[in-house]
Amino acid sequence: MSDTTFTQLLDLAVGTVVVASFAALWLRRLVGVINILAVQGVALAAVALLLGVHESEPELVAVALMVLVLRGLVLPGLIMRAVHTTGARAEVESLINVPSSLLAASVLTLFAYAVSRDLVALADTPHAQAMPLGIAVALIGILMLVTRRKAIMQISAILMLDNGIALVMFLGTSGVPVAVELGIASDVLLAVLVLQVLTFRIHLEFGGGDLDQLTELRD
Amino acid sequence: MNASRVAVTVVQVAFMIAISPFVVGVMRKVRARLEGRVGAPISQPWRDLRKLSRKQRMVSEHTSWVFSISPIVLVASTVTIAAVVPTLSTVAALAQVGDLFTVAYLLLLGTVFLALAGLDTATAFGGMGASRAMTVAAISEPTILVSIFALSVTAGSSNLGAIVTTTLDHPSSALSPESLLAFAALVVVVVAEAGRIPVDNPASHLELTMIHEAMVLDVSGPDLALVELSAHMRMVVLFGLLANLFIPWGVATSAAPGALAIALVAVLVKILGLGVVIAVVEVFLAKLRIFRVPELLAASFVLAFLAVTASFFLGEPA
Repeated sequence: MSDTTFTQLLDLAVGTVVVASFAALWLRRLVGVINILAVQGVALAAVALLLGVHESEPELVAVALMVLVLRGLVLPGLIMRAVHTTGARAEVESLINVPSSLLAASVLTLFAYAVSRDLVALADTPHAQAMPLGIAVALIGILMLVTRRKAIMQISAILMLDNGIALVMFLGTSGVPVAVELGIASDVLLAVLVLQVLTFRIHLEFGGGDLDQLTELRD
Repeated sequence: MNASRVAVTVVQVAFMIAISPFVVGVMRKVRARLEGRVGAPISQPWRDLRKLSRKQRMVSEHTSWVFSISPIVLVASTVTIAAVVPTLSTVAALAQVGDLFTVAYLLLLGTVFLALAGLDTATAFGGMGASRAMTVAAISEPTILVSIFALSVTAGSSNLGAIVTTTLDHPSSALSPESLLAFAALVVVVVAEAGRIPVDNPASHLELTMIHEAMVLDVSGPDLALVELSAHMRMVVLFGLLANLFIPWGVATSAAPGALAIALVAVLVKILGLGVVIAVVEVFLAKLRIFRVPELLAASFVLAFLAVTASFFLGEPA
Protein backbone atom coordinates (compact mmCIF):
# COMPACT_ATOMS: atom_id res chain seq x y z
CA MET A 1 0.00 0.00 0.00
CA SER A 2 1.56 3.27 -1.10
CA ASP A 3 1.82 6.21 1.26
CA THR A 4 -0.67 8.44 -0.54
CA THR A 5 -3.29 5.69 -0.74
CA PHE A 6 -2.76 5.01 2.96
CA THR A 7 -3.20 8.70 3.79
CA GLN A 8 -6.35 8.94 1.72
CA LEU A 9 -7.91 5.79 3.14
CA LEU A 10 -7.00 6.84 6.68
CA ASP A 11 -8.46 10.31 6.14
CA LEU A 12 -11.57 8.70 4.69
CA ALA A 13 -12.02 6.39 7.69
CA VAL A 14 -11.37 9.16 10.21
CA GLY A 15 -13.68 11.44 8.22
CA THR A 16 -16.43 8.82 8.43
CA VAL A 17 -16.06 8.68 12.22
CA VAL A 18 -16.43 12.48 12.42
CA VAL A 19 -19.33 12.72 9.98
CA ALA A 20 -21.08 9.94 11.91
CA SER A 21 -20.92 11.99 15.08
CA PHE A 22 -22.44 14.98 13.26
CA ALA A 23 -25.12 12.71 11.82
CA ALA A 24 -25.91 11.46 15.33
CA LEU A 25 -26.58 15.07 16.36
CA TRP A 26 -28.71 15.65 13.28
CA LEU A 27 -30.98 12.60 13.38
CA ARG A 28 -34.18 12.73 15.34
CA ARG A 29 -34.98 9.06 15.66
CA LEU A 30 -33.36 7.05 18.45
CA VAL A 31 -32.96 3.99 16.24
CA GLY A 32 -31.22 6.10 13.59
CA VAL A 33 -28.76 7.47 16.13
CA ILE A 34 -27.89 3.97 17.32
CA ASN A 35 -27.37 2.74 13.76
CA ILE A 36 -25.06 5.71 13.17
CA LEU A 37 -23.09 4.70 16.26
CA ALA A 38 -22.64 1.25 14.76
CA VAL A 39 -21.34 2.84 11.55
CA GLN A 40 -18.96 4.89 13.65
CA GLY A 41 -17.70 1.75 15.37
CA VAL A 42 -17.06 0.05 12.03
CA ALA A 43 -15.18 3.13 10.74
CA LEU A 44 -13.11 3.12 13.93
CA ALA A 45 -12.22 -0.52 13.33
CA ALA A 46 -11.20 0.44 9.79
CA VAL A 47 -8.83 3.07 11.24
CA ALA A 48 -7.20 0.46 13.47
CA LEU A 49 -7.00 -2.03 10.62
CA LEU A 50 -5.39 0.51 8.28
CA LEU A 51 -2.81 1.42 10.92
CA GLY A 52 -2.14 -2.26 11.59
CA VAL A 53 -1.61 -3.07 7.91
CA HIS A 54 0.51 0.03 7.36
CA GLU A 55 2.80 -0.62 10.34
CA SER A 56 2.57 -4.38 9.70
CA GLU A 57 1.63 -5.17 13.27
CA PRO A 58 -0.61 -8.25 13.57
CA GLU A 59 -1.52 -7.25 17.11
CA LEU A 60 -3.19 -4.06 15.86
CA VAL A 61 -5.18 -6.10 13.34
CA ALA A 62 -6.47 -8.21 16.24
CA VAL A 63 -7.40 -5.01 18.07
CA ALA A 64 -9.25 -3.86 14.93
CA LEU A 65 -11.25 -7.08 14.91
CA MET A 66 -12.11 -6.59 18.58
CA VAL A 67 -13.20 -3.00 17.95
CA LEU A 68 -15.36 -4.16 15.05
CA VAL A 69 -17.17 -6.77 17.12
CA LEU A 70 -17.53 -4.65 20.25
CA ARG A 71 -18.15 -1.12 19.00
CA GLY A 72 -19.69 -2.04 15.67
CA LEU A 73 -22.00 -4.82 16.86
CA VAL A 74 -22.25 -5.57 20.58
CA LEU A 75 -22.54 -2.12 22.17
CA PRO A 76 -25.00 -0.64 19.63
CA GLY A 77 -26.94 -3.92 19.87
CA LEU A 78 -27.13 -3.58 23.65
CA ILE A 79 -28.40 0.00 23.41
CA MET A 80 -30.90 -1.08 20.78
CA ARG A 81 -32.19 -3.73 23.19
CA ALA A 82 -32.52 -1.11 25.89
CA VAL A 83 -34.70 0.93 23.50
CA HIS A 84 -36.93 -2.04 22.82
CA THR A 85 -37.24 -3.31 26.41
CA THR A 86 -38.01 0.09 27.90
CA GLY A 87 -40.27 1.02 25.00
CA ALA A 88 -38.82 4.53 25.03
CA ARG A 89 -40.42 6.99 22.62
CA ALA A 90 -38.74 7.05 19.25
CA GLU A 91 -37.92 10.75 19.11
CA VAL A 92 -34.80 12.37 20.47
CA GLU A 93 -35.44 15.25 22.84
CA SER A 94 -32.83 17.92 23.11
CA LEU A 95 -32.25 21.04 25.18
CA ILE A 96 -31.08 22.98 22.12
CA ASN A 97 -32.48 22.64 18.59
CA VAL A 98 -30.77 20.73 15.81
CA PRO A 99 -29.20 23.61 13.83
CA SER A 100 -27.70 25.09 17.02
CA SER A 101 -26.25 21.77 18.12
CA LEU A 102 -24.74 21.27 14.65
CA LEU A 103 -23.21 24.74 14.75
CA ALA A 104 -21.97 24.17 18.30
CA ALA A 105 -20.38 20.92 17.11
CA SER A 106 -18.59 22.70 14.27
CA VAL A 107 -17.28 25.31 16.71
CA LEU A 108 -16.05 22.42 18.90
CA THR A 109 -14.27 20.94 15.87
CA LEU A 110 -12.43 24.21 15.31
CA PHE A 111 -11.63 24.33 19.01
CA ALA A 112 -10.19 20.81 18.79
CA TYR A 113 -7.96 21.92 15.91
CA ALA A 114 -6.88 24.99 17.86
CA VAL A 115 -5.93 23.18 21.07
CA SER A 116 -4.10 20.34 19.34
CA ARG A 117 -1.89 22.49 17.10
CA ASP A 118 1.18 21.76 19.22
CA LEU A 119 0.40 18.04 19.28
CA VAL A 120 0.18 17.92 15.50
CA ALA A 121 3.42 19.88 15.17
CA LEU A 122 5.24 17.11 17.07
CA ALA A 123 5.05 14.60 14.22
CA ASP A 124 4.53 15.07 10.52
CA THR A 125 2.62 11.83 9.88
CA PRO A 126 -0.88 11.50 8.44
CA HIS A 127 -2.21 9.94 11.65
CA ALA A 128 -0.87 12.73 13.81
CA GLN A 129 -2.51 15.24 11.49
CA ALA A 130 -5.87 13.53 11.85
CA MET A 131 -5.64 13.46 15.66
CA PRO A 132 -7.60 16.71 16.22
CA LEU A 133 -10.59 14.98 14.66
CA GLY A 134 -10.50 12.35 17.42
CA ILE A 135 -10.55 15.12 20.00
CA ALA A 136 -13.44 16.70 18.08
CA VAL A 137 -15.45 13.45 18.24
CA ALA A 138 -14.84 13.24 22.00
CA LEU A 139 -15.96 16.86 22.45
CA ILE A 140 -19.09 16.26 20.35
CA GLY A 141 -19.79 13.25 22.58
CA ILE A 142 -19.65 15.54 25.62
CA LEU A 143 -21.93 18.04 23.86
CA MET A 144 -24.44 15.25 23.26
CA LEU A 145 -24.08 14.16 26.87
CA VAL A 146 -25.06 17.56 28.24
CA THR A 147 -27.80 18.48 25.76
CA ARG A 148 -29.78 15.28 25.26
CA ARG A 149 -32.44 14.50 27.81
CA LYS A 150 -33.18 10.81 27.32
CA ALA A 151 -31.26 8.32 29.41
CA ILE A 152 -30.70 6.16 26.32
CA MET A 153 -29.24 9.08 24.42
CA GLN A 154 -26.84 9.62 27.27
CA ILE A 155 -25.55 6.05 26.96
CA SER A 156 -25.11 6.65 23.23
CA ALA A 157 -23.26 9.87 24.02
CA ILE A 158 -20.90 8.06 26.39
CA LEU A 159 -20.24 5.52 23.66
CA MET A 160 -19.45 8.31 21.22
CA LEU A 161 -17.18 10.01 23.73
CA ASP A 162 -15.34 6.73 24.15
CA ASN A 163 -15.11 6.25 20.38
CA GLY A 164 -13.45 9.65 20.21
CA ILE A 165 -10.98 8.74 22.93
CA ALA A 166 -10.19 5.45 21.18
CA LEU A 167 -9.63 7.31 17.91
CA VAL A 168 -7.16 9.68 19.57
CA MET A 169 -5.44 6.67 21.12
CA PHE A 170 -5.07 4.83 17.79
CA LEU A 171 -3.88 7.89 15.92
CA GLY A 172 -1.64 9.19 18.66
CA THR A 173 0.19 5.99 19.57
CA SER A 174 -0.07 4.02 16.30
CA GLY A 175 -0.06 0.67 18.03
CA VAL A 176 -2.04 -0.26 21.12
CA PRO A 177 -1.29 -3.51 22.93
CA VAL A 178 -4.21 -5.92 22.91
CA ALA A 179 -4.17 -5.99 26.71
CA VAL A 180 -4.78 -2.25 26.96
CA GLU A 181 -7.59 -2.28 24.39
CA LEU A 182 -9.09 -5.33 26.09
CA GLY A 183 -9.10 -3.50 29.42
CA ILE A 184 -10.73 -0.39 27.96
CA ALA A 185 -13.22 -2.44 26.00
CA SER A 186 -14.38 -4.47 28.98
CA ASP A 187 -14.66 -1.22 30.95
CA VAL A 188 -16.94 0.32 28.35
CA LEU A 189 -18.93 -2.88 28.02
CA LEU A 190 -19.45 -2.96 31.76
CA ALA A 191 -20.42 0.73 31.85
CA VAL A 192 -22.97 0.27 29.06
CA LEU A 193 -24.39 -2.83 30.77
CA VAL A 194 -24.72 -1.05 34.10
CA LEU A 195 -26.26 2.02 32.44
CA GLN A 196 -28.66 -0.19 30.53
CA VAL A 197 -29.87 -1.79 33.73
CA LEU A 198 -30.07 1.62 35.37
CA THR A 199 -32.12 2.99 32.47
CA PHE A 200 -34.44 0.04 32.73
CA ARG A 201 -34.91 0.67 36.46
CA ILE A 202 -35.55 4.37 35.83
CA HIS A 203 -38.22 3.49 33.29
CA LEU A 204 -39.78 0.94 35.61
CA GLU A 205 -39.82 3.36 38.54
CA PHE A 206 -40.83 6.61 36.87
CA GLY A 207 -42.34 5.49 33.57
CA GLY A 208 -40.05 7.65 31.48
CA GLY A 209 -36.43 8.29 30.71
CA ASP A 210 -36.41 12.07 30.98
CA LEU A 211 -33.52 12.90 33.26
CA ASP A 212 -34.72 16.45 33.94
CA GLN A 213 -37.42 14.99 36.16
CA LEU A 214 -34.80 13.38 38.36
CA THR A 215 -33.17 16.62 39.52
CA GLU A 216 -35.55 17.13 42.44
CA LEU A 217 -35.80 14.89 45.47
CA ARG A 218 -39.25 13.61 46.24
CA ASP A 219 -40.51 10.98 48.61
CA MET B 1 -9.72 37.33 -25.93
CA ASN B 2 -9.60 35.75 -29.36
CA ALA B 3 -12.37 34.66 -31.67
CA SER B 4 -12.27 30.93 -30.87
CA ARG B 5 -12.76 31.59 -27.16
CA VAL B 6 -15.75 33.77 -27.90
CA ALA B 7 -17.11 31.03 -30.14
CA VAL B 8 -16.69 28.49 -27.32
CA THR B 9 -18.63 30.74 -24.97
CA VAL B 10 -21.43 31.25 -27.49
CA VAL B 11 -21.68 27.49 -28.09
CA GLN B 12 -21.74 26.85 -24.34
CA VAL B 13 -24.54 29.34 -23.66
CA ALA B 14 -26.59 28.18 -26.65
CA PHE B 15 -26.13 24.57 -25.58
CA MET B 16 -27.29 25.28 -22.02
CA ILE B 17 -30.35 27.21 -23.22
CA ALA B 18 -31.22 24.45 -25.68
CA ILE B 19 -30.92 21.46 -23.35
CA SER B 20 -32.34 22.93 -20.10
CA PRO B 21 -36.04 22.44 -20.93
CA PHE B 22 -35.30 18.97 -22.27
CA VAL B 23 -33.51 17.96 -19.07
CA VAL B 24 -36.53 19.15 -17.10
CA GLY B 25 -38.74 17.18 -19.50
CA VAL B 26 -36.69 14.03 -19.00
CA MET B 27 -36.82 14.40 -15.20
CA ARG B 28 -40.61 14.82 -15.30
CA LYS B 29 -40.91 11.81 -17.60
CA VAL B 30 -38.80 9.64 -15.27
CA ARG B 31 -40.91 10.65 -12.30
CA ALA B 32 -44.13 10.01 -14.20
CA ARG B 33 -43.04 6.55 -15.35
CA LEU B 34 -41.95 5.55 -11.83
CA GLU B 35 -45.28 6.72 -10.46
CA GLY B 36 -47.10 4.62 -13.05
CA ARG B 37 -48.19 7.50 -15.26
CA VAL B 38 -47.38 7.92 -18.95
CA GLY B 39 -46.25 11.51 -18.47
CA ALA B 40 -45.91 14.39 -20.91
CA PRO B 41 -43.42 14.10 -23.80
CA ILE B 42 -39.95 15.35 -22.95
CA SER B 43 -40.36 18.33 -25.26
CA GLN B 44 -43.30 19.56 -23.16
CA PRO B 45 -41.31 22.25 -21.24
CA TRP B 46 -40.24 23.76 -24.59
CA ARG B 47 -43.84 23.72 -25.82
CA ASP B 48 -44.97 25.40 -22.60
CA LEU B 49 -42.38 28.13 -23.09
CA ARG B 50 -43.49 28.65 -26.69
CA LYS B 51 -47.12 28.86 -25.68
CA LEU B 52 -46.38 31.30 -22.86
CA SER B 53 -44.28 33.57 -25.06
CA ARG B 54 -47.21 34.01 -27.45
CA LYS B 55 -49.64 34.97 -24.73
CA GLN B 56 -50.57 38.47 -23.68
CA ARG B 57 -48.52 40.10 -20.95
CA MET B 58 -50.71 41.06 -18.02
CA VAL B 59 -49.25 43.29 -15.32
CA SER B 60 -51.10 44.39 -12.23
CA GLU B 61 -51.53 48.18 -12.13
CA HIS B 62 -50.24 48.22 -8.55
CA THR B 63 -46.77 47.03 -9.44
CA SER B 64 -43.73 49.21 -9.97
CA TRP B 65 -40.80 49.02 -12.41
CA VAL B 66 -39.12 46.40 -10.22
CA PHE B 67 -41.75 43.88 -11.25
CA SER B 68 -41.19 44.61 -14.94
CA ILE B 69 -37.42 44.31 -14.92
CA SER B 70 -37.20 41.26 -12.62
CA PRO B 71 -37.67 38.58 -15.30
CA ILE B 72 -35.04 40.30 -17.45
CA VAL B 73 -32.54 40.56 -14.59
CA LEU B 74 -33.20 36.93 -13.73
CA VAL B 75 -32.64 35.68 -17.25
CA ALA B 76 -29.62 37.93 -17.79
CA SER B 77 -27.91 36.77 -14.59
CA THR B 78 -28.64 33.14 -15.47
CA VAL B 79 -27.21 33.48 -18.99
CA THR B 80 -24.11 35.12 -17.50
CA ILE B 81 -23.67 32.19 -15.11
CA ALA B 82 -24.06 29.80 -18.05
CA ALA B 83 -21.31 31.71 -19.83
CA VAL B 84 -18.79 31.76 -16.94
CA VAL B 85 -19.26 28.29 -15.44
CA PRO B 86 -16.91 25.80 -17.10
CA THR B 87 -19.57 23.35 -18.33
CA LEU B 88 -18.14 22.63 -21.78
CA SER B 89 -14.68 24.09 -21.70
CA THR B 90 -12.27 25.72 -19.28
CA VAL B 91 -11.06 28.19 -21.89
CA ALA B 92 -14.28 30.15 -22.51
CA ALA B 93 -13.86 33.88 -23.10
CA LEU B 94 -15.22 34.76 -19.68
CA ALA B 95 -13.24 32.07 -17.85
CA GLN B 96 -11.22 34.70 -16.00
CA VAL B 97 -14.40 35.96 -14.31
CA GLY B 98 -15.55 32.39 -13.70
CA ASP B 99 -14.82 32.82 -10.04
CA LEU B 100 -16.84 31.04 -7.38
CA PHE B 101 -17.76 34.36 -5.77
CA THR B 102 -19.02 35.73 -9.10
CA VAL B 103 -21.21 32.68 -9.63
CA ALA B 104 -22.60 32.70 -6.07
CA TYR B 105 -23.49 36.38 -6.27
CA LEU B 106 -24.98 36.13 -9.76
CA LEU B 107 -27.17 33.30 -8.45
CA LEU B 108 -28.16 35.45 -5.48
CA LEU B 109 -28.90 38.44 -7.76
CA GLY B 110 -31.47 36.40 -9.67
CA THR B 111 -33.02 35.01 -6.47
CA VAL B 112 -33.28 38.47 -4.91
CA PHE B 113 -34.96 40.00 -7.96
CA LEU B 114 -37.44 37.16 -8.16
CA ALA B 115 -38.24 37.68 -4.47
CA LEU B 116 -38.59 41.44 -5.05
CA ALA B 117 -41.03 40.75 -7.88
CA GLY B 118 -43.00 38.53 -5.53
CA LEU B 119 -43.10 41.27 -2.90
CA ASP B 120 -43.91 44.02 -5.42
CA THR B 121 -47.31 42.62 -6.29
CA ALA B 122 -48.25 42.88 -2.60
CA THR B 123 -50.27 39.68 -2.75
CA ALA B 124 -50.21 37.39 0.23
CA PHE B 125 -48.72 34.45 -1.66
CA GLY B 126 -46.07 36.53 -3.38
CA GLY B 127 -44.84 37.81 -0.03
CA MET B 128 -44.95 34.37 1.55
CA GLY B 129 -43.03 32.81 -1.33
CA ALA B 130 -40.47 35.62 -1.25
CA SER B 131 -39.93 35.23 2.48
CA ARG B 132 -39.44 31.48 2.13
CA ALA B 133 -37.12 31.84 -0.86
CA MET B 134 -34.99 34.28 1.14
CA THR B 135 -34.90 31.92 4.12
CA VAL B 136 -33.60 29.13 1.90
CA ALA B 137 -31.18 31.42 0.04
CA ALA B 138 -29.75 32.89 3.26
CA ILE B 139 -28.47 29.46 4.31
CA SER B 140 -27.78 27.88 0.95
CA GLU B 141 -25.70 30.67 -0.61
CA PRO B 142 -22.99 30.55 2.10
CA THR B 143 -22.96 26.77 1.75
CA ILE B 144 -22.27 27.02 -2.00
CA LEU B 145 -19.42 29.43 -1.27
CA VAL B 146 -17.92 27.39 1.55
CA SER B 147 -18.17 24.00 -0.16
CA ILE B 148 -16.55 25.16 -3.39
CA PHE B 149 -14.02 27.02 -1.29
CA ALA B 150 -12.95 23.67 0.17
CA LEU B 151 -12.05 22.54 -3.34
CA SER B 152 -10.32 25.80 -4.15
CA VAL B 153 -7.94 25.32 -1.22
CA THR B 154 -6.53 22.25 -3.01
CA ALA B 155 -6.45 24.05 -6.35
CA GLY B 156 -4.92 27.21 -4.89
CA SER B 157 -7.38 29.38 -6.80
CA SER B 158 -11.03 30.33 -6.54
CA ASN B 159 -11.42 30.24 -10.31
CA LEU B 160 -13.81 27.45 -11.27
CA GLY B 161 -11.87 26.58 -14.41
CA ALA B 162 -8.67 26.24 -12.37
CA ILE B 163 -10.42 23.95 -9.87
CA VAL B 164 -11.70 21.71 -12.68
CA THR B 165 -8.24 21.58 -14.27
CA THR B 166 -6.61 20.67 -10.94
CA THR B 167 -9.01 17.78 -10.44
CA LEU B 168 -8.27 16.63 -14.00
CA ASP B 169 -4.54 16.68 -13.24
CA HIS B 170 -4.89 14.89 -9.90
CA PRO B 171 -7.70 12.35 -10.33
CA SER B 172 -7.21 10.89 -6.84
CA SER B 173 -8.13 14.22 -5.21
CA ALA B 174 -11.72 13.65 -6.36
CA LEU B 175 -11.97 10.89 -3.72
CA SER B 176 -10.34 12.73 -0.82
CA PRO B 177 -12.51 13.23 2.29
CA GLU B 178 -12.77 16.98 1.79
CA SER B 179 -14.05 16.63 -1.73
CA LEU B 180 -16.56 13.94 -0.71
CA LEU B 181 -17.82 16.19 2.11
CA ALA B 182 -18.02 19.16 -0.24
CA PHE B 183 -19.88 17.01 -2.77
CA ALA B 184 -22.46 15.94 -0.19
CA ALA B 185 -22.94 19.54 0.93
CA LEU B 186 -23.24 20.81 -2.63
CA VAL B 187 -25.78 18.15 -3.63
CA VAL B 188 -28.13 19.29 -0.85
CA VAL B 189 -27.69 22.93 -1.79
CA VAL B 190 -28.17 22.34 -5.50
CA VAL B 191 -31.39 20.47 -4.74
CA ALA B 192 -32.51 23.41 -2.57
CA GLU B 193 -31.53 26.03 -5.14
CA ALA B 194 -33.20 24.13 -7.95
CA GLY B 195 -36.40 23.98 -5.89
CA ARG B 196 -36.71 20.22 -5.92
CA ILE B 197 -38.07 17.83 -3.30
CA PRO B 198 -37.42 17.74 -0.28
CA VAL B 199 -37.11 21.55 -0.15
CA ASP B 200 -39.72 22.66 -2.67
CA ASN B 201 -42.10 20.70 -4.85
CA PRO B 202 -41.88 21.83 -8.48
CA ALA B 203 -45.21 20.22 -9.32
CA SER B 204 -47.10 21.68 -6.37
CA HIS B 205 -49.79 24.26 -6.76
CA LEU B 206 -50.98 24.00 -3.20
CA GLU B 207 -50.44 27.50 -1.87
CA LEU B 208 -49.27 26.54 1.60
CA THR B 209 -46.30 24.51 0.40
CA MET B 210 -45.05 26.52 -2.55
CA ILE B 211 -41.83 28.51 -2.68
CA HIS B 212 -40.94 29.21 -6.29
CA GLU B 213 -44.50 28.92 -7.62
CA ALA B 214 -45.81 31.31 -4.99
CA MET B 215 -43.40 34.06 -6.06
CA VAL B 216 -44.33 33.85 -9.73
CA LEU B 217 -48.13 33.66 -9.30
CA ASP B 218 -48.62 37.16 -10.75
CA VAL B 219 -46.12 36.82 -13.58
CA SER B 220 -47.74 36.01 -16.91
CA GLY B 221 -47.17 35.54 -20.61
CA PRO B 222 -43.67 36.17 -22.02
CA ASP B 223 -42.42 37.21 -18.57
CA LEU B 224 -43.43 33.85 -17.15
CA ALA B 225 -41.70 32.17 -20.08
CA LEU B 226 -38.49 34.01 -19.16
CA VAL B 227 -38.81 33.13 -15.46
CA GLU B 228 -39.49 29.47 -16.22
CA LEU B 229 -36.63 29.27 -18.71
CA SER B 230 -34.28 30.78 -16.12
CA ALA B 231 -35.49 28.35 -13.47
CA HIS B 232 -34.78 25.42 -15.82
CA MET B 233 -31.40 26.88 -16.77
CA ARG B 234 -30.35 27.58 -13.21
CA MET B 235 -31.00 23.96 -12.31
CA VAL B 236 -29.15 22.57 -15.31
CA VAL B 237 -26.20 24.96 -14.91
CA LEU B 238 -25.92 23.93 -11.26
CA PHE B 239 -26.03 20.26 -12.30
CA GLY B 240 -23.28 20.96 -14.81
CA LEU B 241 -21.19 22.76 -12.20
CA LEU B 242 -21.66 19.94 -9.68
CA ALA B 243 -20.80 17.29 -12.26
CA ASN B 244 -17.72 19.08 -13.56
CA LEU B 245 -16.31 20.00 -10.16
CA PHE B 246 -16.30 16.40 -8.97
CA ILE B 247 -16.26 14.31 -12.19
CA PRO B 248 -14.44 16.64 -14.58
CA TRP B 249 -13.51 14.05 -17.20
CA GLY B 250 -14.60 15.01 -20.71
CA VAL B 251 -14.39 18.78 -20.22
CA ALA B 252 -12.51 20.46 -23.07
CA THR B 253 -9.32 22.18 -21.94
CA SER B 254 -8.76 23.69 -25.38
CA ALA B 255 -10.95 25.36 -27.99
CA ALA B 256 -10.42 22.58 -30.57
CA PRO B 257 -13.71 21.51 -32.23
CA GLY B 258 -13.00 17.82 -31.57
CA ALA B 259 -12.51 18.29 -27.82
CA LEU B 260 -15.59 20.47 -27.77
CA ALA B 261 -17.67 17.78 -29.46
CA ILE B 262 -16.56 15.22 -26.87
CA ALA B 263 -17.33 17.72 -24.11
CA LEU B 264 -20.85 18.29 -25.50
CA VAL B 265 -21.63 14.57 -25.28
CA ALA B 266 -19.90 14.10 -21.92
CA VAL B 267 -21.66 17.03 -20.27
CA LEU B 268 -25.02 15.97 -21.66
CA VAL B 269 -24.52 12.45 -20.29
CA LYS B 270 -23.38 13.78 -16.88
CA ILE B 271 -26.25 16.28 -16.56
CA LEU B 272 -28.86 13.77 -17.69
CA GLY B 273 -27.42 11.14 -15.37
CA LEU B 274 -27.55 13.51 -12.41
CA GLY B 275 -31.06 14.61 -13.36
CA VAL B 276 -32.34 11.05 -13.63
CA VAL B 277 -30.76 10.08 -10.27
CA ILE B 278 -32.33 13.10 -8.57
CA ALA B 279 -35.71 12.39 -10.21
CA VAL B 280 -35.60 8.75 -9.07
CA VAL B 281 -34.64 9.69 -5.50
CA GLU B 282 -37.41 12.31 -5.45
CA VAL B 283 -40.04 9.66 -6.03
CA PHE B 284 -39.10 8.04 -2.72
CA LEU B 285 -38.91 11.28 -0.70
CA ALA B 286 -41.61 13.39 0.85
CA LYS B 287 -41.33 17.14 0.96
CA LEU B 288 -39.95 18.37 4.26
CA ARG B 289 -42.02 20.62 6.45
CA ILE B 290 -40.89 24.16 5.76
CA PHE B 291 -39.64 24.52 9.34
CA ARG B 292 -37.43 21.48 8.92
CA VAL B 293 -35.75 22.88 5.81
CA PRO B 294 -33.30 25.08 7.78
CA GLU B 295 -32.22 21.93 9.65
CA LEU B 296 -31.35 20.18 6.40
CA LEU B 297 -29.53 23.22 5.09
CA ALA B 298 -27.69 23.73 8.38
CA ALA B 299 -26.50 20.13 8.13
CA SER B 300 -25.20 20.74 4.63
CA PHE B 301 -23.50 23.94 5.79
CA VAL B 302 -21.77 21.97 8.54
CA LEU B 303 -20.61 19.40 5.98
CA ALA B 304 -19.19 22.19 3.83
CA PHE B 305 -17.54 23.69 6.88
CA LEU B 306 -15.97 20.31 7.76
CA ALA B 307 -14.77 20.04 4.17
CA VAL B 308 -12.96 23.37 4.48
CA THR B 309 -11.35 22.51 7.81
CA ALA B 310 -10.33 19.12 6.44
CA SER B 311 -8.75 20.61 3.34
CA PHE B 312 -6.88 23.15 5.46
CA PHE B 313 -5.65 20.79 8.16
CA LEU B 314 -5.52 17.35 6.54
CA GLY B 315 -4.84 17.73 2.85
CA GLU B 316 -1.42 18.69 1.67
CA PRO B 317 -1.70 20.91 -1.42
CA ALA B 318 -1.70 18.79 -4.53
